[in-house]
Amino acid sequence: MWDYSQKVQDLFLTPHNAGPLEDANAIGEVGSIACGDALKLYLKISGDGVIEKAGFETFGCASAIASSSVLTDMVKGLHVDEALKITNADIAKALDGLPREKMHCSVMGQEALEAAIRQWKGEPAMPKTQEEGKLVCKCFNVTDATIIRAIRENGLKTVEDVTAFTKAGGGCGDCRDEIAEILEAELRGQGAPAPEPAGPAEPAKSAACGTGGLTNLQRMQKVMEVMALIRPQLQADGGDIELVDIAGKTVSVRLTGHCQGCAASEVTLHQVVEQILRQQVEPDLAVEEVK
Amino acid sequence: MKTIYFDNNATTQVAPEVTEAMLPFFRELWGNPSSMHSFGGRVASYVEEGRAQVAELLGASPDEIIFTSCGTESDNAAIFSALQTQPSKRHIVISCVEHPAVLQAAAFWERQGYRVTRLGVDAKGRIDMDEYVFSLSADTALVSVMFANNEVGNVYPIRAMAEKAKERGILFHTDAVQAAGKVPIDLASLPVDMLSLSGHKLHAPKGIGALYVRRGVRFRPFIRGGHQERGRRAGTENVPYIAGLGVACRLARESMQDETTRVAALRDRLEQGIVSRIPDCLVNGDTEHRLPGTTNIAFRNIEGESVLLMLDRLGICASSGSACTSGSLEPSHVLHAMGVPFKYAHSATRLSLSRYNTQEEVDYCVEHFPAVVETLRRLSPFKD
Repeated sequence: MWDYSQKVQDLFLTPHNAGPLEDANAIGEVGSIACGDALKLYLKISGDGVIEKAGFETFGCASAIASSSVLTDMVKGLHVDEALKITNADIAKALDGLPREKMHCSVMGQEALEAAIRQWKGEPAMPKTQEEGKLVCKCFNVTDATIIRAIRENGLKTVEDVTAFTKAGGGCGDCRDEIAEILEAELRGQGAPAPEPAGPAEPAKSAACGTGGLTNLQRMQKVMEVMALIRPQLQADGGDIELVDIAGKTVSVRLTGHCQGCAASEVTLHQVVEQILRQQVEPDLAVEEVK
Repeated sequence: MKTIYFDNNATTQVAPEVTEAMLPFFRELWGNPSSMHSFGGRVASYVEEGRAQVAELLGASPDEIIFTSCGTESDNAAIFSALQTQPSKRHIVISCVEHPAVLQAAAFWERQGYRVTRLGVDAKGRIDMDEYVFSLSADTALVSVMFANNEVGNVYPIRAMAEKAKERGILFHTDAVQAAGKVPIDLASLPVDMLSLSGHKLHAPKGIGALYVRRGVRFRPFIRGGHQERGRRAGTENVPYIAGLGVACRLARESMQDETTRVAALRDRLEQGIVSRIPDCLVNGDTEHRLPGTTNIAFRNIEGESVLLMLDRLGICASSGSACTSGSLEPSHVLHAMGVPFKYAHSATRLSLSRYNTQEEVDYCVEHFPAVVETLRRLSPFKD
């Protein structure tokens, strides 16, 4: 059972502002029935940009309904410029927190609000970069631009975080490596340009090639060079090591000769091989043994 | 508020008789059945009594029963043994609606180089016999197909499937965790080689299971480190739980008639009551061949976690194939395999009854269910 705050439970059972708004002049729709949650946010915005009324319809779990409801309370009386400053973290905070796995519900609220205000302003339904961003998660239709934004606004550190906030990677899981690469580039490449509406058309590409780290090709070349230096030491002990694969930051190797089945091979692998690779190639490399 | 427990496919109430039968083993009879002294030794007879009761429920011989820690262990042990005893055969056949215990064990062996066939199902969750027979080959080491499905309750044609495997000399395992104690199983006439069951699905406690291995079928232990269970499953016997499982199996045998008639009638009353009062419902599964206590109903345009939490407020315990109720973000693999439309799949609600449920509970649920669905449908942006 999810650990929902009292606020989430209350707003789920007796939501405020539920239902469509007859005189709405701005509607933001996000999500889909296939994705498992969807929100239709209705706003009545005055001529000078003040949100006078708000309503919602939500298909989803308790936290999706509560996020939608609390958002309608938060925006009422705000000028659209003020409302646009509301982040998903603000929505979660207003609910006294959400379980981490449910953070995407607050992201959905923020996105619906932005979509509604864009509609009122006569702008396209989605910001340019999100439309043009590269599709990363095919199960939930999440682009790299959405992922990068979630990483930056919420200080995300792991692939699981990204899934919790954007749902990306929560389906078949095929895109988890790609998410990890985006995450790495973000965590390392602070200088990468932000995917603002006026930003580059392909933010993921620029982020992945961001400053500071090695490209895949550079990494492979360096690992091979260093491995060539390690091998003679192991051969002197009657063992040997061969490189099997390099996937992201994981170097797969096979131990042969005396190393194979040797009780100390685990130690050799992690305290010797991994340490040397980390010192000489990249500090966050991991070595794993293929049997 | 009274708790109405309609989640018996998740776990069941421990029968009071089972609890009573276990208590002496926590108080006086706490010896080790393997000990040479009489204090421990006299406990061994209770282990054998439990074994005989499990065997009797299944129409097996006591020496064909191995006690394990749970259904998942039984499944893993069965698959492990089948592959280890036939190293030249490199193919496994399962269905795509198996419990994760079988799905993930098979996926593990697939990563070790085995070929795995996952039989598909139709919209009612049924397996195509032609596809099944076609999948069998000289290289097939094992077929593992569940006796009954946990989510929709489908009972599979295990006799026909096992016969096809037997004709070809292929080992046949069935995960009967949901079926044992609910539908008659007679291994004396059913040609399956291995069968898994779990105590806590039939009113014994969690932490005890059994694996049936037909006499003559070669076996390699999954857990090593002792001579217990005639060298087939190491580890000191869980004597209290074995005694409890034995009593639970005896009770299940005695109440089999009640299960297949009264419990089935209660389930039908519940299902009919809900379907007749709520428009746009979909009953999932093969209603012709189903466990007596299980129904799985989906409601157009709403989401399952919301349904469960609103039922919870009414004291009703149910479960859902909804993505939001699990760690995953995708709806249940079973409903997905059946191709249940998205407009329904996210709200699929499983109600699973046991012999402890009453008509009063069923009627209370039928009375209050429509308001839950109406409330959520009013909130939903999808109306068509």
